[in-house]
Amino acid sequence: MDSALIPEGVKRCSFRSFCLWLLVIFAVIGWGVLGGFLVLWKGLNQTGLNDSFGFGLYITADLAVIALGAGAFFTGFLTYVIGKKELKDIISLAVVVGFICYTGAQVVLLLEIGQPIRGWLSFWHPNVHSMLTEVIFCITCYTIVLTIEYLPLILENRQLDKVPEFHFFSHNLHEIMVVFAATGTFLSFFHQGSLGGLYGVMFARPFAFREGFFIWPWTFFLFVASAIASGPALTILVCMMLQGITRKQLVRREAISLLAKVTGYLLAFYLVFKFLDTWWWATSTAPAMGISFSEFYQAPYGIWLLIAELGICGILPAIILLTPRAREDDVWLIIACVLNCAGIVINRFVFTVQNLALPVLPFENLEIYVPTWQEWAPTAALIAYGALLLSVSYRYLPMFPRERELNPLD
Amino acid sequence: MSGNKANGIRYGMVIDVDKCTGCMACSVACQQENNVSFREDETDKLRSITWLEVYSLHNGKPYPEHRQAYLPRPCLHCDTPPYPPCTFVCPVNATQRDEETGLVNHIPVRCIGCRYCISACSYHARYFNWWDPKWPKPMEAMLTPDVSTRMRGVVEKCTMCVHRLQLAKEKAFMEGRRELHEGEYVPACVEACPAKAMTFGNLLDSHSEVAKLAKSPHAFRLLERLGTEPKVYYLSTQDWIRKLADNVI
Repeated sequence: MDSALIPEGVKRCSFRSFCLWLLVIFAVIGWGVLGGFLVLWKGLNQTGLNDSFGFGLYITADLAVIALGAGAFFTGFLTYVIGKKELKDIISLAVVVGFICYTGAQVVLLLEIGQPIRGWLSFWHPNVHSMLTEVIFCITCYTIVLTIEYLPLILENRQLDKVPEFHFFSHNLHEIMVVFAATGTFLSFFHQGSLGGLYGVMFARPFAFREGFFIWPWTFFLFVASAIASGPALTILVCMMLQGITRKQLVRREAISLLAKVTGYLLAFYLVFKFLDTWWWATSTAPAMGISFSEFYQAPYGIWLLIAELGICGILPAIILLTPRAREDDVWLIIACVLNCAGIVINRFVFTVQNLALPVLPFENLEIYVPTWQEWAPTAALIAYGALLLSVSYRYLPMFPRERELNPLD
Repeated sequence: MSGNKANGIRYGMVIDVDKCTGCMACSVACQQENNVSFREDETDKLRSITWLEVYSLHNGKPYPEHRQAYLPRPCLHCDTPPYPPCTFVCPVNATQRDEETGLVNHIPVRCIGCRYCISACSYHARYFNWWDPKWPKPMEAMLTPDVSTRMRGVVEKCTMCVHRLQLAKEKAFMEGRRELHEGEYVPACVEACPAKAMTFGNLLDSHSEVAKLAKSPHAFRLLERLGTEPKVYYLSTQDWIRKLADNVI
């Protein structure tokens, strides 16, 4: 039925199967829309947030997907700026994943603010000292860059490509993609770093606060490093997932291996500095504020979070990714990427929720945050939105340039 | 309170914890003066708006050594250089410190409700409007006309009744004065305290009562180690209360 839209020389599932799959996706998105609508209509009282937890699941999800979306800018940087040509196999996928992450995060952010119709005031009355201002500006600009990067892929659709104007426009965009890759790298560097500063500058919150050199440039680069160490892991994971579902090899192994190797080195680099950061914070910054390291880890936000973040989801995937034999094995590679991505989610959760749960005033108590379904539903819808865009892009766009060559039709 | 502006103005407060009986008159006066909304069911204290929270403190010892005290906590209007924790983070400049008075204000109609300021404040002095503010019918007529009500989805906090400062300034202007007399501007909580436990005024005026009390050997501030420089001081002769004011390893 839709064969005219499917790229030439590749095989796709039947339209009926595709529609059934879309039905599942739309069911999840519908659930998310219902949750989001209730939040917009009735207010944030629909969530589990309160005056102790100004931030919760929405912000955790936002920060995590923005970090995981770093695969787009970093793969673009490696492909176009550094010149790693083998990554051209996977760059379109990285862009689509990045686009999903950033646009999804912005929709969730709209639910997160109490007055969404005043969101534009962030541009009208910007506080130049606020890290959030920097994040808002950079994320908006980078989403525009990602849209520009995604556009040539859309215009390469079999039918759209027949329109000469679209064809030439897309071709010319490809020619200057290095400019957008460099711009994306610049913008992404800023807001990934500022997201760390978002918490690091809160000098009245000893859990997140970092002082002097440990806020700038330390935290800034630490958050950039954490994003570029985990973002490509999500790109690899999505690629492996697509290959598993379609039972096809979509990119050459060397592209995945290179990205996995780079991710491993970056994760190891990040962990060295993260351990130094944690050590300095635990032995110097926090005690100076009158709080001991053990006081930060109270049930249910116990020390297990630190072990899970830096050990199980940090050291372990780094070892796997740095071991050539392990990263060449699909199962180990998937385990490493899942753990790597989980590590960054825990990191953002810890800075968002655990940070706020801890009482700063000695006579206050530890509070516990439990998200409601109105928070889970839009978060699940964000993932479903990703599945939708990936499914549609894979079916109708030449997302994998080597697909035809790697899977010749009989 | 004091009109002496020789050293500038930094409005602040001293609360004598030893005098406070925990009657909550300050909290009620604040609620009424500033049109703070409430709900029929106020059991969820993490979502109720209490600009002036009164904490109940105890020394943790059993009878007969057990001791109890009450600690009223308005917004502490931090004097942190260059910016207080909350104003520093606000992305839309909806909250700023007035450098003429030292009071940290908040503009509800500009607030986008991101709650970054709530997260940045270690004193939990900021509150979010989780619901549309509503008052029972007869109470709507009793709202203070000088204070605008806030809407759902924005943050609010103690302003030290800054509208009273504005009224006092207007009165002084009409009388041809540029400076305020002592006691011309006091927040509603200070006025309502029956135990006279709260003193308000210009901390930079060495002749003012508040400045003298702030220099008392029994004076302390909450979480001094964080460097937030709050302009609300507390007084107590009891060691266990002073120890509760800050985190110590």
